[in-house]
Amino acid sequence: MLSLRQILLAFQQRHKHMTTIKSRPVYPGLSPDLNARKNVCVCDEAGAEAIVELFASAGGPFAERSLVLLAAETLKTNGRGPVIERLSPAEIEVSPALDAAIVRFREVLSRAAMGLRVYAAGSEPLIGSVIQAAADFGIDHKSIRTEQRGSLKRRVQCVHCKGIIEDVTTSPVRCTHCGLFLFVRDHYSRRLAAFQGVCVDAECPGEIPEIKVLYS
Amino acid sequence: MTLTFKEETFRDDFTFSNSPKAIRRFPFPFHEDKYMYSVNIEPHTPGAQGSAFEFPIDIDEHYVSEMRDRALVLEADPRRCQALPHMMTAQWDTLELLMTSMAESYPEHFRLTRDGAHWHWINRPLGIEQKFTFGDVSTLPYEPMEYIARQCQGDFSIQDQRDNQLWMDAGIVTTQADWSLDFDVGMNFFEWHAPVPLAHEKGVFERALKFLLNLQCGRPVRRLNWTMTVNPRLDTSPENYHKWGIDRASVTPENVGNKVHLRVELQGLWRLPRSNAILFSIRCYLIKMSELVTVPKWRRRLPRVLRTLPDEIADYKGLTRYRATTIDWLSQYDDGAPTSLGCGPD
Amino acid sequence: MTETFLRRVRVAEIERVASRIKRFRLVDAANDRLPDFSAGSHVTVCMRSPDRLIRNPYSLMGCPSDTSSYQISVLNVDNSRGGSQFMHDQVAVGSELEISSPLNLFPPAKLGRKHILVAGGIGITPFIAMTSDLAAHGCDFELHYGVRSEEEGAYCGLLQTTYGERVKVYYQDKGEFIPLERVLGEQPLGTHMYVCGPKPMIDWALKTAKLEGWPDENLHSEQFSAPLPGKPFEVHLAKSGRTITVSGHQSILEALEQNGVDAPYLCRGGACGQCETAVSSCDGPIQHNDHYLTDAEKAGGKKIMICLSRIEGNSITIDL
Repeated sequence: MLSLRQILLAFQQRHKHMTTIKSRPVYPGLSPDLNARKNVCVCDEAGAEAIVELFASAGGPFAERSLVLLAAETLKTNGRGPVIERLSPAEIEVSPALDAAIVRFREVLSRAAMGLRVYAAGSEPLIGSVIQAAADFGIDHKSIRTEQRGSLKRRVQCVHCKGIIEDVTTSPVRCTHCGLFLFVRDHYSRRLAAFQGVCVDAECPGEIPEIKVLYS
Repeated sequence: MTLTFKEETFRDDFTFSNSPKAIRRFPFPFHEDKYMYSVNIEPHTPGAQGSAFEFPIDIDEHYVSEMRDRALVLEADPRRCQALPHMMTAQWDTLELLMTSMAESYPEHFRLTRDGAHWHWINRPLGIEQKFTFGDVSTLPYEPMEYIARQCQGDFSIQDQRDNQLWMDAGIVTTQADWSLDFDVGMNFFEWHAPVPLAHEKGVFERALKFLLNLQCGRPVRRLNWTMTVNPRLDTSPENYHKWGIDRASVTPENVGNKVHLRVELQGLWRLPRSNAILFSIRCYLIKMSELVTVPKWRRRLPRVLRTLPDEIADYKGLTRYRATTIDWLSQYDDGAPTSLGCGPD
Repeated sequence: MTETFLRRVRVAEIERVASRIKRFRLVDAANDRLPDFSAGSHVTVCMRSPDRLIRNPYSLMGCPSDTSSYQISVLNVDNSRGGSQFMHDQVAVGSELEISSPLNLFPPAKLGRKHILVAGGIGITPFIAMTSDLAAHGCDFELHYGVRSEEEGAYCGLLQTTYGERVKVYYQDKGEFIPLERVLGEQPLGTHMYVCGPKPMIDWALKTAKLEGWPDENLHSEQFSAPLPGKPFEVHLAKSGRTITVSGHQSILEALEQNGVDAPYLCRGGACGQCETAVSSCDGPIQHNDHYLTDAEKAGGKKIMICLSRIEGNSITIDL
């Protein structure tokens, strides 16, 4: 009979190698495409810093050809802040949350032409949402320049009930839809823009490993 | 060759078993007394008469009961069958390949007559007769891949080839060893194989991809993959893992013979003509330990393989909890005598 | 994979479609149905001349769903290694040839929302099948076809009659050139560009697209190079110890095959990677004529694509 510790070690062993598994995306960092006629940059507050750096490295009229869609969850209600000034002379639109920024992003894409380059900077769920939305308009994910900044929080799909759990920072995490405790794998789906969560105590019901904050 | 189809279950009361004939033709995957991942692809050419490799698509005594189990899985979870919109041509290619193969290999069970685009399909074991227009989805009760896969043993995935990669953009998966179609659909070759340990470091997938990108029509290949399952459960999906995972903790020294199963996947890969996609079949075979030990070579070899299997591989295949108990039980049948190379019984 | 399945075919029809281009219609020699193929595919035609075997890839034209015959078009090239000359001068109706299975290295992007096809000269051939396929699926496309003159341009009338406004032909001798910048500047998101023709044209089209801000993922090209002729040289085979002479008009691969050496290959056009061979040593620079190796690999000099590439020295040792 295996002890809880042995079981946990086996479980972690099973997934240990996955910290750099091939389905876990790597975000190479933003680099400017100087040939694009229009740039659309989607970011959150942490990612906005990366956009500022992008504009600086591109120099010239790059920023003037750019639209920044900023998902600003903590900016003051008037939607201004120091980072806004540093993003000029780009056109800037502030949305109160990621969902709203993605809605605006889709509207922009629906009127866009070839010659557009997309940049995404900030949390992984933000980047994932940008890639997902862009795919609906025929933009290949490899065409999008990405940089992860700020929180390492994850979006997770519960493989059992298919519910999506946002802002996950721990593993295990409790599914907010069906209540099962889920181990958060590094296996990632671009289509769903989410990591996979699998029941952690299926083989020994009730024995939940210590909840650790891993992705804050 | 006429088959007698068994009435058996792969869930609940688990009445599944293999006839002596099915035991002897079981595609035992180990050609030596140890195991490591390799590309292990070989041409999918006609194998020995009566073997699981005789025909491109293998239909056996479990056919009717397996299709019944598939229908139950799909009813409970329709997401086990998905096809992205651009894969319709590939679906038709797949229907053509499977129907023509089944009709040619098992004329006493399946018949296909074609008059241009007007096709007439008869499936006697399942009592199906269908007239339809090839290429017109409105003339079938399901989309083409689902239509034919509901009548063909094995899981199927269809890979679109673009940008020097293969993309799993369609599939029907109800007998898988623990991976989720709904999660993996849309991934490329490296991504959906990402969870497999060790193989990436060995470059197995890079070589396999390069080979598959150049796969030609009329030159299919095959390989074997394996794992183990407690109870002859076909639907060992991650979706239902919270229900069946507990099986792994239910193995005792007394019940190994009946409960522990070797699960082998015979995988076929075909280039499809009109879509240039690749069809990947994953045909699952189960054998319980008490059946396996009736073959002298296998009862010696399997415990030796399990004993020397690297821990990462054993853990990834989910064997950890019952590995030792199974090895102990099998060892009573291993007299230490040498075994011949090759997979088949002596 | 060294062995390609070869099918015997018979030439059912030959038509001169332009001053230097002939169309060949091929049927199965046993009158079987030919396999369906995907648009953009090519077959390798094996031609047996008295002194050697020539194998050249040709795009399959025609509608992919019409498999009663395959159609290819061959440009009679100046400075040819003999393949196109053979097809033009030695092949008649009734002649038998061997062809490989169709292989597709230039498919239309199934996820594309619109397709801009850019053809130069004989580069039109894969687009004949592609336009047929795109039209059959109701896909949005434009074909921009540059030819030297009416006399030298094949299928111009046929394409314009079939597809109307979607096809634009530009006659070089009338001073007409493809206004690619303008064309690319007015396309919706999700458009893909495909170019097939002589190398300088491909380079120009890809560069123009890049400067218009098109991402690489939306750009596709196909250029079948017949191996360029050059000076003879020697190939030492490290594993077997043999030395083989490569003449001026054959590729390393052909020289090996002529001498009974079984080397891996597939497309024979520098595109697929199967014939990649390790180089132990070489006494001069390698002329990389392929489009498979990366720039770094070409500079490194440790790999060579034996179906196409040559050397500037006298001898090379490869790992066969």
